[in-house]
Amino acid sequence: MSDVNVMKPMPHTETGAGVYNEKLGIWVFLGSEIMFFTALIGSYIILRVGNPGAWPAVGPREVLNIPITAGNTFLLICSSVSMVKAFAAIAAGDQRGLRLWLIVTVVMGASFVGVQAYEYSQLVHHGFVPSGGIFPSTFYTMTGFHGFHVTVGVICMVFVTWKAFRGKYTAQDYRGVEVIGLYWHFVDLVWIILFTIVYLI
Amino acid sequence: MASIAAPVEHATHGHDPSFVRKYIFSTDHKIIGIQFLLMSLLFLLLGGLLAMVIRWQQGFPGQPMPGGGAFPETMISDGIVLPEFYNSLVTMHGTFMVFFAIMPLLVGVFGNYLIPLKIGAPDMAFPRLNMASFWLAVPAGFLMLAGFWVEGGHAAAGWTAYAPLSADPEWTGVSLGQQFWCVSLIVLGLSSILGATNYITTVINMRTQGMTWFRMPLSIWALFITAILVLLAMPILSGALIMLLFDQTLGTTFFLPGDGLPILWQHLFWFFGHPEVYILILPAMGFVSDIIANGSRKPIFGYHSMVFALIGIAFLGWIVWGHHMFQSGMNPTLGMTFMISTMVISVPSAIKVFNWLGTIWGGSVKFTVPMLNACAFVAMFIIGGLSGVFMASTPVDIYIHDTYFIVAHLHYVLFGGSLFAIFGAITFWYPKMFGRMMNPFWGKVHFWLTFIFYNLTFFPMHQLGLEGHMRRIYDAGRYDFLAGTSGLNVLISVSAFILFSVQIIFVINFIVSWFKGQRAPDNPWDDTGLEWTTPSPPPHGNWATAPTVHSAPYEFSVPGMEADFLMQDQQRERQPAAPSGGSIEGGAS
Repeated sequence: MSDVNVMKPMPHTETGAGVYNEKLGIWVFLGSEIMFFTALIGSYIILRVGNPGAWPAVGPREVLNIPITAGNTFLLICSSVSMVKAFAAIAAGDQRGLRLWLIVTVVMGASFVGVQAYEYSQLVHHGFVPSGGIFPSTFYTMTGFHGFHVTVGVICMVFVTWKAFRGKYTAQDYRGVEVIGLYWHFVDLVWIILFTIVYLI
Repeated sequence: MASIAAPVEHATHGHDPSFVRKYIFSTDHKIIGIQFLLMSLLFLLLGGLLAMVIRWQQGFPGQPMPGGGAFPETMISDGIVLPEFYNSLVTMHGTFMVFFAIMPLLVGVFGNYLIPLKIGAPDMAFPRLNMASFWLAVPAGFLMLAGFWVEGGHAAAGWTAYAPLSADPEWTGVSLGQQFWCVSLIVLGLSSILGATNYITTVINMRTQGMTWFRMPLSIWALFITAILVLLAMPILSGALIMLLFDQTLGTTFFLPGDGLPILWQHLFWFFGHPEVYILILPAMGFVSDIIANGSRKPIFGYHSMVFALIGIAFLGWIVWGHHMFQSGMNPTLGMTFMISTMVISVPSAIKVFNWLGTIWGGSVKFTVPMLNACAFVAMFIIGGLSGVFMASTPVDIYIHDTYFIVAHLHYVLFGGSLFAIFGAITFWYPKMFGRMMNPFWGKVHFWLTFIFYNLTFFPMHQLGLEGHMRRIYDAGRYDFLAGTSGLNVLISVSAFILFSVQIIFVINFIVSWFKGQRAPDNPWDDTGLEWTTPSPPPHGNWATAPTVHSAPYEFSVPGMEADFLMQDQQRERQPAAPSGGSIEGGAS
């Protein structure tokens, strides 16, 4: 244990909102993220309702590979579970559990991005490119920006994992783990909405 | 994560950080506020210069502009402003003024400088994020400047970048310039979002002992509510800009006719744009409330109604965006809805105006430079607000839409409103920022000349608009029905040149006072806020020990007290004879 943590055991307990700054800050930031995805998803709905002819008659499944993406969705949901396991581990002071579950989460998050890259390459190979009309336009923009968010999350989580291996988190102060966890669950939730409206409907 | 490492850093660097850490890559909210101040004042000057070129072309079309030779041939040829460059000029004047001057001046400068000082916090909740926020705004500004020199010229589709004009270079011939414009605003948007996250967290979490929500000064209320608007509105713009950028670079078709929907851009832009309008005025209202209470030596009239009016305006700002699009083709029922919701905004706005007047009424008014500017804000905001009601009315809007009437209206609220409040706020908090007073004589000269020539510049624009003068045309002389407007255009242009020239007084006063101004005491204006309890300029960390708040924010002329003000960290002496309660309005009666 570094002495830094002894100096600041779960600081700012007497804050205005009753939670520490980083936790309040990430919730506020996620409010902004919700509006960002609302802009993309809202535009998608308007564009699709306004021009249904631009989408395949029997729905996106005609073009998109649903089984592989469904598997990918399952992977991302599982990574949310492992994130919770990491959080629960450090809340109980279990350093080994924290490291293990963080690594599992990083691997699953990175795999998600990998599968998405594979999916893109297959689609482009079959002539489904961003300039091919409004359906691919919205598809690549929405899933692409979600993928970008997952990538940012994985990079941040690698950093958190590195700090976990240096023993920076304790049962009293696990702020970094909780903050990245909140972001990760948000990204997961966005994907469930995107998967439903882009792939399934 | 960041704050775990912070104590270690302090221990190693001690209290003597290097020049770079102290003034360039500083995490101190006061330094970052001053950095934003210098940056946005430069952009304000640049935006003003662009306006001068616009005014030359409008006032004296076809005549060579003095100093026009300094521009490249692709912009101004033989002193004549080229039509393509004129389009870039109006676009970039709007862009620089809205995004790089007024918005950072209100939110970046005073949000940073005032929030921790006025709520009794040692710094922002996330000092390093705060630094990142500034250092994202700088490259965004450079990128926006660089657009002037790229092939095809700078963005020319207006600051609103209406599609498909902005989405396809086919019509303007501009591709790279518009892309620079998009990327710059995406980066600036990220900077604003990080800043807003910081402000909101700081206000909620870091108020000092005794600083309850309803003891916060109205400037902090306004900045807090503005931060919420920034947080929720900027990402909408970012999303729209990303789609616009992809339309230009990846060949997507979001905003192109046929496959996509050009009008979708307008909806997204104004769904961001109308909250943005209130981002540009709410902080100004907050500063003016502080300054007017101080200058009238009276508690602000109707403190609680001021707060709820701010919240009301901010909420209504989300459901009125369609009033920018009455002429874009709209179901009349929808138009009626937007018309009514827009007009409802005049209710909280009028509450604020009457409260300011009620504050001044019967006060012992001291016309200091900040007070003069604050009074000008109220007067000009009334004119700008009233012309807003004209445009909110759908039948009237058919006639005046996209004419100079709009230009007059938006400059009455943005220049007459926000900028006068900014001049007032800079003068008011300058002694705290730099430890020296600005020269009051030259402050008054600057104020009166600005006030006179500002009105001579913008008031005739109402008339121009009613005569049918379109907003962004290159040369009114090409239309027979506008032949009679050339006299007014010359008057406006000459006034605008003088208006710009007198700003030099402010620039010189600002620079000279920094080095040679009279030394400022801790509390030069006899104000009640917490920022005046610490030295001018405040040290790193603001206070040796965190202050405790005992009083409401505007305790001026408290009956039975020796001094005519009670600072927020002072306790009111109990007097058995004094009437009980009503600590906020009670002192006024």
